[in-house]
Amino acid sequence: MKQYETVIGLEVHVELATKTKIFCGCSTEFGGAPNTHTCPVCTGMPGSLPVLNRQVVEFALKAGIAANCQINQYCKFDRKNYFYPDNPQNYQISQLYLPICHDGWVEIETSAGKKKVRIHEMHMEEDAGKLIHDEWEDCSLVDYNRSGVPLIEIVSEPDMRSSEEVIAYLEKLRCMMQYLGVSDCKLQEGSMRADVNLSVREVGSETFGTRTEMKNLNSFKAIARAIEGERERQIELIEEGRAVVQETRRWDDNKESSHAMRSKEDAKDYRYFPDPDLPPIHISDAWIDEIRSSQPELREEKQLRYQQEFELPAYDAGILTESRHLSELFEEVANLCGSPKKAANWFMGEVLRLTKDKGLDVEKVSFTPEHLSDLIQMVEKKEVSAQNAKKVFEKVFDEDIEPVSYIEEHGLKIVEDTGLLNDTLQKIMDENPGPLEELLGGKEKVFGFFVGKMMRELKGKASPDAVREAIVKEVEKRKNQ
Amino acid sequence: MAKIIDDETIENVCILAKLSLTDEAKEKAKQDMQKMLDYVEKLDELDTDGVEPLSHIFGDENVFREDVVTNGDNREAMLMNAPKEKEGQYQVPKTIG
Repeated sequence: MKQYETVIGLEVHVELATKTKIFCGCSTEFGGAPNTHTCPVCTGMPGSLPVLNRQVVEFALKAGIAANCQINQYCKFDRKNYFYPDNPQNYQISQLYLPICHDGWVEIETSAGKKKVRIHEMHMEEDAGKLIHDEWEDCSLVDYNRSGVPLIEIVSEPDMRSSEEVIAYLEKLRCMMQYLGVSDCKLQEGSMRADVNLSVREVGSETFGTRTEMKNLNSFKAIARAIEGERERQIELIEEGRAVVQETRRWDDNKESSHAMRSKEDAKDYRYFPDPDLPPIHISDAWIDEIRSSQPELREEKQLRYQQEFELPAYDAGILTESRHLSELFEEVANLCGSPKKAANWFMGEVLRLTKDKGLDVEKVSFTPEHLSDLIQMVEKKEVSAQNAKKVFEKVFDEDIEPVSYIEEHGLKIVEDTGLLNDTLQKIMDENPGPLEELLGGKEKVFGFFVGKMMRELKGKASPDAVREAIVKEVEKRKNQ
Repeated sequence: MAKIIDDETIENVCILAKLSLTDEAKEKAKQDMQKMLDYVEKLDELDTDGVEPLSHIFGDENVFREDVVTNGDNREAMLMNAPKEKEGQYQVPKTIG
């Protein structure tokens, strides 16, 4: 059997986090009632005039600079002509001839090490409306709320060789966009979408095989499955001596198979031409410098800083920086409590555990940093047991309660007063004459029994050390009586 | 010589423009398009060496709007343009994704 290599390039659409659409003042908010965010511009009414949202250019520049791209300082928009009901103008405003960014790269990390994936280009364009099929009347219904929402399309070179590399690349882009604040990149809501261009060739071959393009991939898992499925389909065709047809295929994740969408006969002929309604864009050196200097700290820089400034292990730095939002919360807690490693343990342990258990989006995690910092310090000062602190933190996590007064009010504070300890011990010893006799007789095993009883009775109000000490003292005393 | 608009070209243009023309209309369109191309060919006589291609005739650059929501819910008025409407949406013939 011949050995085959998979060659993959990606077209990733990222919905930009602007407040308004790319060419009109309609809201981009997700989930509005159908067609409540529309106007003559984004529904393609004759005579309407698109005006470019400056923020779109800024976001595209931010993304391009972060991905080490060259900037086309003179760029413009083109019309891509096609008929489809989700596209009311019968053309999509996009960029073909002079995309805003080109020739960049990002570095991905896979089990085989680091690798650069080159970016062919990034261009700005508008999103289309949403079509739903109406079974009842056997027709289609169109909602234009999404029509005109700004996108950047990031086109990679065919540099990826496996689904693992593809996922690593997508995760890299998503993390970068989230850090930049350019997009939230939610695959489920469609704010990040990927089309996969895939071909196979014999290992060692220098030329590419015929590629297909796969659409409708809306989760990382679906993308991985589609890549495996398409690789196998193409190898099978080649082994049977048949040719791979260049076509667009639609992945059906339920059936775990794809089918052809458009055939070659219906080849794309988009008849691009410059959009006369939109004047060209001139991006000055000063504008680029301004954006360059306002770029936030990206994940890689943050990871390094955590290792140097906070003296955290690389592993911790990696986990804590997966989400910019969480890393910012962590930094506040770390600085407040003065112990980055302890804060890191709380985040990697409790914060992430609760986020997962409660099925929460990590971006939605929110509590007052002082509250966790106070809790960490109380554990440190042995004012609350680690076990109780975890229980109290769940309250902080859920309701953002104030932990210091909560611990006081609920009697969870460790008492240093030996009166309560001794009273409890006397009571337990009175209730358990058998084990007491064994304890006094020198049986070490029952020691643990008394410690356990005490801890349960005191509900964490005393530290195990204090309890042990009290028992030892009492035993000595009774022996000497 | 300008490109000759033949039957194949007209067929292709019809497919792209989603038009179905009668044979008579096709013949007329063919002649019209041929005339346009012949006219454009006239421009080829000009010497354009060293002239930058022009995509926009006014010298405007960087016409922007700020990212501020200015449009509210205008659905009712917008849907008055719909040939058919259902549940706040534009109803169109069945389209396969």
